Amino acid sequence: MSAPNNPYDPVGVASLEAEAVDSMVAEALAAIAAAPDLGELKAVRLAHAGDRSPLALANREIAALPPAAKAEAGKRMGAARASVRDALDSRQADLEAERDARVLVEEAVDVTLPTRRSRRGARHPLTTLMERMCDVFIAMGYEVAEGPEAEAEWFNFDALNVPPDHPARTMQDTFFVGNESSGVVLRTQTSPIQLRAMLARDLPIYVVAPGRVFRTDELDATHTPVFHQIEGLAVDEGITMAHLRGTLEHLAEAMFGAGVHIRLRPSYFPFTEPSAELDLECFVCRGASVGNPDAPCRTCGSEGWIEWGGCGMVNPRVLRAAGIDTDRYSGFAFGMGVERTLMFRHGVTDMRDMVEGDVRFTEAFGVEV
Amino acid sequence: MRVPLSWIRDLVALPDDADGRAVAAKLIAAGLEVESVETLGAGVVGELIVGRVVSIEELTEFKKPIRWCQVDVGPARGGVRGIVCGARNFVSGDLVVVALPGTVLPGDFRIAARQTYGHVSDGMICSERELGLGEDHSGIIVLTEGTVGEDAGALLGIGDEVLDIAVTPDRGYALSVRGVAREVAIAFGLAFVDPGTQLVPLPAPTGGEPRACGVDDPSMCELFTLRRIVGFDPQAPTPEWMRQRLIACGMRPVSLAVDVTNYVMLELGQPLHAFDGAKVAGALRAGRAGDDNRLETLDHVERALDPEDVVIRDDSGVIGLAGTMGGLTTEIDERTTDILLEAARFVPTAVARTARRHRLSSEASRRFERGVDRVLAPYASARAAALLLEYGGGTYAGLTAWEAPYRPTVIDMAVDLPERTAGMPIEASEVRRLLEAVGCEVEGDRDLAVTVPPWRPDLTDPADLVEEVVRLVGYDALPSRLPMAPAGYGLSREQRLRARAARALASAGVVDVLTYPFIGVADLDGLLLPAGDARRRAPLLANPLSEEQPLLRTTLLPGLLSAARRNLSRGSDSVALGEIGRVFVLRDGQDAAGVTDPPRPGVDRRPADDDLTALEALLPAQPYHLAAVLLGDREAAGWWGPARPATWSDALEIARVVAESVGAELDVAQGADAPFHPGRTATLSVGGTVIGHAGELHPRVIAAYDIPPRTCAVEMDLDALQARARDVAPAPRFSTHPVAKEDVALVVADAVPVADVEAALREGAGEICEDVRLFDVYVGPQVPAGHRSLAFALRFRAGDRTLSADDIVAARSAAVAEAGRRHGAVLRGS
Repeated sequence: MSAPNNPYDPVGVASLEAEAVDSMVAEALAAIAAAPDLGELKAVRLAHAGDRSPLALANREIAALPPAAKAEAGKRMGAARASVRDALDSRQADLEAERDARVLVEEAVDVTLPTRRSRRGARHPLTTLMERMCDVFIAMGYEVAEGPEAEAEWFNFDALNVPPDHPARTMQDTFFVGNESSGVVLRTQTSPIQLRAMLARDLPIYVVAPGRVFRTDELDATHTPVFHQIEGLAVDEGITMAHLRGTLEHLAEAMFGAGVHIRLRPSYFPFTEPSAELDLECFVCRGASVGNPDAPCRTCGSEGWIEWGGCGMVNPRVLRAAGIDTDRYSGFAFGMGVERTLMFRHGVTDMRDMVEGDVRFTEAFGVEV
Repeated sequence: MRVPLSWIRDLVALPDDADGRAVAAKLIAAGLEVESVETLGAGVVGELIVGRVVSIEELTEFKKPIRWCQVDVGPARGGVRGIVCGARNFVSGDLVVVALPGTVLPGDFRIAARQTYGHVSDGMICSERELGLGEDHSGIIVLTEGTVGEDAGALLGIGDEVLDIAVTPDRGYALSVRGVAREVAIAFGLAFVDPGTQLVPLPAPTGGEPRACGVDDPSMCELFTLRRIVGFDPQAPTPEWMRQRLIACGMRPVSLAVDVTNYVMLELGQPLHAFDGAKVAGALRAGRAGDDNRLETLDHVERALDPEDVVIRDDSGVIGLAGTMGGLTTEIDERTTDILLEAARFVPTAVARTARRHRLSSEASRRFERGVDRVLAPYASARAAALLLEYGGGTYAGLTAWEAPYRPTVIDMAVDLPERTAGMPIEASEVRRLLEAVGCEVEGDRDLAVTVPPWRPDLTDPADLVEEVVRLVGYDALPSRLPMAPAGYGLSREQRLRARAARALASAGVVDVLTYPFIGVADLDGLLLPAGDARRRAPLLANPLSEEQPLLRTTLLPGLLSAARRNLSRGSDSVALGEIGRVFVLRDGQDAAGVTDPPRPGVDRRPADDDLTALEALLPAQPYHLAAVLLGDREAAGWWGPARPATWSDALEIARVVAESVGAELDVAQGADAPFHPGRTATLSVGGTVIGHAGELHPRVIAAYDIPPRTCAVEMDLDALQARARDVAPAPRFSTHPVAKEDVALVVADAVPVADVEAALREGAGEICEDVRLFDVYVGPQVPAGHRSLAFALRFRAGDRTLSADDIVAARSAAVAEAGRRHGAVLRGS
């Protein structure tokens, strides 16, 4: 909506004079700075930068100037309008930021309100502990082997070189299924899985076998008739006791930290020969509590060592029962109680906590041990 | 086995500075489990003096009888002192142990002259327990020898150390001081002269005829010897040193004859039995009980004999359980002068079975079960006879014996087998040296022929010899190496999916528990399981811990419900418990009582496939199940609103989450099976096979288990679910064309399941139907009685074009029409 130039004053336009332009700009900047909110600023924008603002109107007059004066006036007006526009944009940004900040403050919530609407689930620490131990072996190329809990006596005893008159084969220790001569028991150890693995798999065999086992003990703080073991077996050419030691050291470090030592003590198991008890150097005091009454260790009872499990070289009789050539192959096996491991690794003091199913026990472990 | 260090020192010249702890450490490294080392009289500080009771005045004015004693402790310590004593097992003239004022007894108990019972007691007369020597507190110690005023500490072995060793079943030889001393000698590199191979000289038999003996059944007894002593003094006391050693070993001194047999058993490992010759009729014979069926043993128990029991008999019948416990009729007593000393080698399994049948574990049976030295009997009985003659007088009357031919075990072993087994170098000379140290004879250079000593019946295989060598080299010397396993395949599919399901369960807010797999018929009844239900086919335990729970579980729910109730009683009123575990179900043709003639393949080779199949056929089915129970609120009340109780739908949702976690999609149908509420149960199936149920439990089940109303549960056969899950997940194909959304509200009869209406809509709408989702259910005055209004959100989308308005209207109409055709659904408001 440009208006025609004034025809009777072709040489000069007062509104394009420098003083007049400066004054218009100053007026605009003052109004912009004074705008208290976005609404006011919108009005100011219309008044000082809109189509009918003094600067816009003045700008139209450039056309009326003589050609020689047009360039200078155009330059002056451009700068003037730009400074007003910049001021508007800047004020707009400031006021928007102010508004946003105010709104966000108004929208603030109390993040300390409780958020838990339903109880968390959790996995039993014995299960997660077994998974963790299995992971260590899977990383070494082992596979996880399993077997039935109601097991043939042949697998649980006969083939493991436990003779018929062994005290373990009585009703004082073993649950018999059906009747005492049915040939079926609740497995008393995870070792029958060794036999199953050797019968079912191709050599060489590297397996780890976690599982639930049963003995006719009454439940108390240190005994439970139903508990868990984890068993390892390697059968290959040239397997030695040095391999057994190296493997157990690796497991100990994976579970209890680098540098934890183990100790093997000669012992007796029907299914291994030579056999050993496996002791773990106390991972808490590292032996510092031994003979040091000022710094007793609850984890190891100031013994320095913790009994962890049993191990040995697979008795050639057991290999033969599985049809393995004992001239060519040898093997090692080891096993430990998972409850016991959980007890000393995590400070569980009563076996009953692990079997009673009190949610407070399991929940405390979450989904990882 | 408790072994005093002083006794070991009698047999091995241990250096003076080798104390109990040092010996224990070496023995542990060699494979003898030393459980404790205790010092006799630990805590005694100061003198213990031998005193003689000069006179006793009975004080009767107190609640219990008290004695005011005058005790002579020798001129150096003031002569006769007055001491108050509460014990009554002594008389004037007895030698006793006196702690004088100033002496400290165990427990930091300082003796002082003090006023008591109206007298000043100037010291104390001590019992075994007060000195920390043993448990006996029935009276004070009455010494059988000693000199007034001498140091009683030395006589009592105060300061001696006792090693308590838990002997593993293979090391029967370590149930003797002789066996332990041999290990000590090897561990310290010291010489060892075996007292079990030295025949103690006895006087020429002049006391009359020896008693005849024999063996009726050589499969039960390989060696039987009988020595006779006549004119024995039954009143002769046991020497104090022998009494103290027996006490230190945890045995009670009884009488000289009995004490000597026990002493020699502890020393050499040969159980001995002394009969009163005057009470024995005719010859002694060892054999099986057969038809003789009664015996009263020394513990005054009248026992019914099994025909297979191994027994000793004379002309009158059975007079003892051989190797386990003697009989009462021939017992040594305070008038016995004619002693028959039996030493034998009974077959380990024969004694083990006999002892087990009678639930009678004795010092003798423990040794026979583990295998007593095959040739030791005559040596041990000579030692015992010499001690009896020395301390009890009498005249030796000779030996009779029966022995089966004995051939020592010879094991062939390559000399490098120990180092190949251990994985460390062991010189051939070292192998020989160590095998000889344990008592073997070794012949050959590369291929050794190793003759096993008669006290090591546990050594039968080359591997046994390897253990001897490696344990004596020391397990601590073993290097550490990792074997190189071939590349594995990680978890099996079943294992991986089971772990996925467990994680899904936990993510769904369920807390995992591990319950015992024992249930009772009351559980099956409580769950309302009908007669033919497969879950009633539970295997039976022959020896359950509790007669109420003799069955193996066929369902996880009883265990979970019991655990739930325990949580409630402990104040957790909203819980979601879950378990993944095996259940046990008898297969077709299997009986809960089990078979009585199971296959027993040999163990010297791999069983034939048929044998293995027959073994598997013995076992019940043992699938993994997954179950959960939901009690109380699924969501708690809070600032967000009221609590939301767990319902059937939460149980069903858990089932779905678990199924999806293993890659299976559940089909849900209305069900009515126990133990669920017949109107609030979903039957869960995959590909047409039912794999479980979810819903609200039947009110009667809830009552039976005493759990809150509306408790919900889910149980699935996890193995069956996993077997039907997809193996490889196919990638989805989806369109990028715009979606069209349409809502429809349909009025249908109550009886029509939502799933059926949804399926009709989906199929009626045809290919362009992307999703159908129920978002509201309305029942009320605006719909006819017996009907409900179901509001569905439909999403349409084509794979190849943007849908036109006509496409959408047509699809919507077709969907509604199909729902109308199948289920009589009409658009609400039409």
